[in-house]
Amino acid sequence: MKLLVKGGRVVDPASGRDAVGDVFIADGKIAAAPGTPDRTLDAKGLVVAPGLVDLAARLREPGYEHKATLESEMDAAVAGGVTSLACPPDTDPPLDEPGLVDMLRRRAKALSRARVYPVGALTVKLAGRQLTEMAELAEAGCAAFSQGNAAVEDTQVLWRALQYAATFGLPVWLRPEDAWLARGGVAHDGEVATRLGLAGIPAFAETIALAAIFELVRATGARVHLCRISSAAGVALLRRAKHDGLPITCDVGIHHVHLSDMDLGYFDAQCRLEPPLRSQRDREALAAGLADGTIDCAVSDHAPVDEDAKHLPFAEAEPGATGLELLLPLTLKWGMERKLTLAQTLARISSAPARILGAASGRLEPGAPGDLVLFDPQASWRVTPEALKSQGKNSPFLGMELAGRVRATVVAGQVVYEA
Amino acid sequence: MPGNPQLDANGELQHLLSIEGLPRELILKILDTAESFAGVTERDIKKVPLLRGKSVFNLFFEGSTRTRTTFEIAAKRLSADVINLNVAVSSTAKGESLLDTVANLSAMQADIFVVRHGSSGAAHLVARHVKPHEHVINAGDGRHAHPTQGLLDLYTIRHYKKDFSGLTVAIVGDVLHSRVARSLIHGLTTLGAPEVRVIGPQTLIPAGAAALGVRVFHSMREGLRGADVVVMLRLQNERMTGALLPSAQEFNKHYGLTAEKLALAKPDAIVMHPGPMNRGVEIDSAVADGPRSVILPQVTFGIAVRMAVMSMVAGGG
Repeated sequence: MKLLVKGGRVVDPASGRDAVGDVFIADGKIAAAPGTPDRTLDAKGLVVAPGLVDLAARLREPGYEHKATLESEMDAAVAGGVTSLACPPDTDPPLDEPGLVDMLRRRAKALSRARVYPVGALTVKLAGRQLTEMAELAEAGCAAFSQGNAAVEDTQVLWRALQYAATFGLPVWLRPEDAWLARGGVAHDGEVATRLGLAGIPAFAETIALAAIFELVRATGARVHLCRISSAAGVALLRRAKHDGLPITCDVGIHHVHLSDMDLGYFDAQCRLEPPLRSQRDREALAAGLADGTIDCAVSDHAPVDEDAKHLPFAEAEPGATGLELLLPLTLKWGMERKLTLAQTLARISSAPARILGAASGRLEPGAPGDLVLFDPQASWRVTPEALKSQGKNSPFLGMELAGRVRATVVAGQVVYEA
Repeated sequence: MPGNPQLDANGELQHLLSIEGLPRELILKILDTAESFAGVTERDIKKVPLLRGKSVFNLFFEGSTRTRTTFEIAAKRLSADVINLNVAVSSTAKGESLLDTVANLSAMQADIFVVRHGSSGAAHLVARHVKPHEHVINAGDGRHAHPTQGLLDLYTIRHYKKDFSGLTVAIVGDVLHSRVARSLIHGLTTLGAPEVRVIGPQTLIPAGAAALGVRVFHSMREGLRGADVVVMLRLQNERMTGALLPSAQEFNKHYGLTAEKLALAKPDAIVMHPGPMNRGVEIDSAVADGPRSVILPQVTFGIAVRMAVMSMVAGGG
């Protein structure tokens, strides 16, 4: 199968290339010399970019099929232009055994849509006590190890987990949050939570955890990626640590770049997220940190939640927002607001996360995986339950118009989505 | 952010969910209406026909005797039919959700839902899902709001102090968990009370409290100085020992209202408490039963205030 994508505005964030041209894919990979194509996609007026790479997308299988299924969420991924995604281990049972990982990979492969990179559980049942068989899990295909949103309360276990992962050179992805300080909290501990009478999670729940992780990275040499940073103080700590040469990377949830606790309004459960939306000052620091490279990449933090679980008083509602189909438009919106080039903007959701994942995708040079997204950056669409392929219709952006429509998605030279 | 969900298109009261966001004129109208009902409660025949034929459902997901009873009395004095549901021990125990419970009662032709729930925002959630002719009155949601209590507190203060423009009001104790404090603070700042103070240890004062328009005091002696009104908050039993407070005794020593501490307030200061009281913890009996206490009149005024609110949301203009 040879595919020619013709006449689009080709944007390659890895090389900075941004020019009208063609992209040719042969044998599932980007090819240099054009041959005779089996199929041609007309990309006139569209941006042609590497397929998006999302480091946090919950597919809800196994265990939570009432919220979403692999089929529905893989459809959502390609409809959102996401061609590679890492799924956190917070399924039921969690991804703590090689058999589960193997099954997930097989099921995903059989659907032949986006590439799925399972993230294995760092501890058995995510309970934070016993280490998983990380080496085995890595052989089964785990790209990294994490706790999802569960904590490792016992810092000795965290220390040992990082030592063990470092032994095998395995990456560990951690969400920095002190479990004790966050206990019971549902909103940023500030004026809004005080006014609404919601239990708060202070920003120092994040900075204290960050400080602990930084020390453990220094002690163990583990490769740590930080997930979902949420506070201005956290960004400042991260900037200093990177300046000191600590080998860490970091992502931010795309919702947190646009929303703050003010958006909770009158208890809007769609804005119940983990970590919580913080103040406008925090949001500004996250948007700026993502622009200046302190934060390496943005993720959808896709969490499909069924309607009943959101139709509850704020504190009882299940946290999370659907995100796979919003990642591109929300990142484009952020890039416009920060006055970045399209290549710079797209780097945060393609080349940068691909590098963290250790995947060859996220760029358009010959030999790279033939994964593409074709989108119209001007075309706007309204976020409605009907417009979303994801089974999760839970979004703070419901009813809003967003610019950036995916017209086609290509994985390994196969057109897996067209609109 | 959507518009104020408790007002209708004409700015009239559709629901009562929180004092926050109520215009000053509307609060005063509620207090004036309550005053007109105060006469009714003192008559031999304590009934007016304003809500005749209407159904009031008392939906209490959290235990309460006083608030539920005063709502019931208020509704009956307006000639409404009252149905009490102690949901804490019925449907929810069987796993029925808040909204399912409301939908079922709605099918039984309700006009007013009086809702108490342990989770902040519960009344807002119910208000978003009821039919246009149904009204929701928040009888306390988590730590968020208890607007009828706040209104009866305002009524009490106005009754004894006539006007708010020169008042210093001190609210003492567990502000962090108190919906009563939040509602009263919004009411006082809206009505122009120049100095609202909250007094308590740092563990019981929420982050960013100053943004509510209050002055924060950690010393009760300093906070009480020159106060016209002292509002004591109830300290829940489960909060008396643990990480928030070491003991009820130590709390009482520093933040309990004694006659000696009350002497620091103005000589004509009144003492309020939303009840139920923990005598010997947040308030000494000598003060609770003393000449400055207006704790029992608060209960009486509460009936008139709840009559006012119910008649204004559902009285048909």
